[in-house]
Amino acid sequence: MLPILALHIPDGFLSVPVAAAGWLMMLALVGVALRQTRDQLGERQIPLMGILAAFVFAAQMINFPVAGGTSGHLIGGALVAVLLGPWAAVLVMTSVVGVQALLFQDGGLLALGFNVVNMGIISAFVGYAAYAFTRRMMGETFAATAVGAAAGAWLGVEAAAIATALQLAISGTSPLDVALPAMAGVHALVGIGEALITVGALAFIRQTRPDLLGQPRGAATRGAGWVAAGLLIALAVTLVSPLADPNLDGLERVAEDHGFSEAAQPPAYEILPDYTVPFIEDAALTTIVSGIIGVLIVAGIGFGLARLVAPRRKETTGAG
Amino acid sequence: MNFSFQERYRAGDSLLHRLDPRIKVVVTLVLIVGIVMTPPAAWPAYALLWALLGGLALLGRLGFWRVARTAGLALPFSLAAATLMFTTPGNEVLRVFGLVVSDAGLARFAAILLKSWLAVQAALLLAMTTPFTDLLWALASLRLPQTLVAIIGLMYRYLFTLRDEAERLMRARAARSGSLANHRSGGGLGWRARVAGGMVGSLFLRSYERSERVYAAMLARGYTGRMRALDPPPLRWQAVVLGGVPLAALAIIQLLAARWWA
Repeated sequence: MLPILALHIPDGFLSVPVAAAGWLMMLALVGVALRQTRDQLGERQIPLMGILAAFVFAAQMINFPVAGGTSGHLIGGALVAVLLGPWAAVLVMTSVVGVQALLFQDGGLLALGFNVVNMGIISAFVGYAAYAFTRRMMGETFAATAVGAAAGAWLGVEAAAIATALQLAISGTSPLDVALPAMAGVHALVGIGEALITVGALAFIRQTRPDLLGQPRGAATRGAGWVAAGLLIALAVTLVSPLADPNLDGLERVAEDHGFSEAAQPPAYEILPDYTVPFIEDAALTTIVSGIIGVLIVAGIGFGLARLVAPRRKETTGAG
Repeated sequence: MNFSFQERYRAGDSLLHRLDPRIKVVVTLVLIVGIVMTPPAAWPAYALLWALLGGLALLGRLGFWRVARTAGLALPFSLAAATLMFTTPGNEVLRVFGLVVSDAGLARFAAILLKSWLAVQAALLLAMTTPFTDLLWALASLRLPQTLVAIIGLMYRYLFTLRDEAERLMRARAARSGSLANHRSGGGLGWRARVAGGMVGSLFLRSYERSERVYAAMLARGYTGRMRALDPPPLRWQAVVLGGVPLAALAIIQLLAARWWA
């Protein structure tokens, strides 16, 4: 994968309010993920999550040639979500993205919030939801697992790419009508690589340790459908609202067509960066905030409902 | 591989190395927020910010130019912002293939590049002068959830072990992938991807089974589900004062920028 097409947003590309919204979203969902995986794994949580995070990090090195000197490699959110459930995948991917930023400066620190949300949370939940849905439709066969995992891996990457394009557009870093098709188009291809590797890995695991392939249950998947639905709704809302608002890019094109751009003055800059068009600021902010509140409410409802439906398991102790 | 797998930490005994990691984390984050919030056209502010970061690099004996050069690693991403040059209204400065580059667009693009480059320098200063284990307890005492810190700590412990496993897998694949010149060898894209998938699956099983062994070993040593660590040392006022110096410089730069250069 070419670095320009990567999903790791460096600092400077997200405005401060957008980055802060990403941090809030990350903190809220990682907090839930910590509790859910503790319910599921008990005291095995720390060694298993830690070593699997190191696994994803190392597995991202394993590449295969695609064409024209480019190569595909794994991102990994969907694979871990299929094997251990979406909440475990959130923790694993959060650790991976966090260490990439802290240790290797791959992705910014201020942008860390949305990098985790995109690559860890969105890809894990959207991927898992697609996988679980396919298995419910097609039954519990390996064919269903393979199709579901492939669909989940592809959709997870694509959703993460769309989310990245939206965040860049809201920050005023890249116009939506350029960023969206570019990101979505490139990652439609990247997602195919992700899907192929994910299925290949699952096929290998099925031959060697089929016991690991049982669909994760209980706390591992609690509220997964709700969170995935919430994230998709939030994505759809943010996708629609900037277009429905006074269309920045359309406006500019009109200005250029009519020669206004010659007369345009460089805008008076505000303290907030890149908000060169003042009227978009409020609309964009409300959009993200409403999206986040929506996600949190939906996640909260899902969490509460699941709590009511499934009685809480006691933490496992002892036995290794 | 799209990232360098080398740790950036440089052992040393400079003032920057000895500074309390909690202070370094907070100062780094505030510096990055400050850099990102700089008004786009405040060019002198960017020069001053670079001077500030360069000064810190010299203080840490890291090499002014080396930090500046290494910080270029995030620049390829900036293609994502390149279209701003064409879509921002302003006076024409250049025509590329019939597309108009406006002065305002060029300025916005340059500002984003500079901000990204400066922010990476700030993050590099932290990574180059702080051992990762110190960074971890600093994050824990800055209220990051203990469990998450423990997970990241274990991840760091096995990062390089599993990297070596992955490298062995890739060496084994390379050793079995002989091909004649001008001769197609191996299967199509799906086949290559399945081979890579098998390697990932194999690495997963090795990691999973390693985690079981590690867990058993932890239990044998009295693990009860909580990671125990030494209490962090008390925060000394000298460290706070030292950390305040770059922040004061940042505040002055931002004030000047807001007053005269915006």
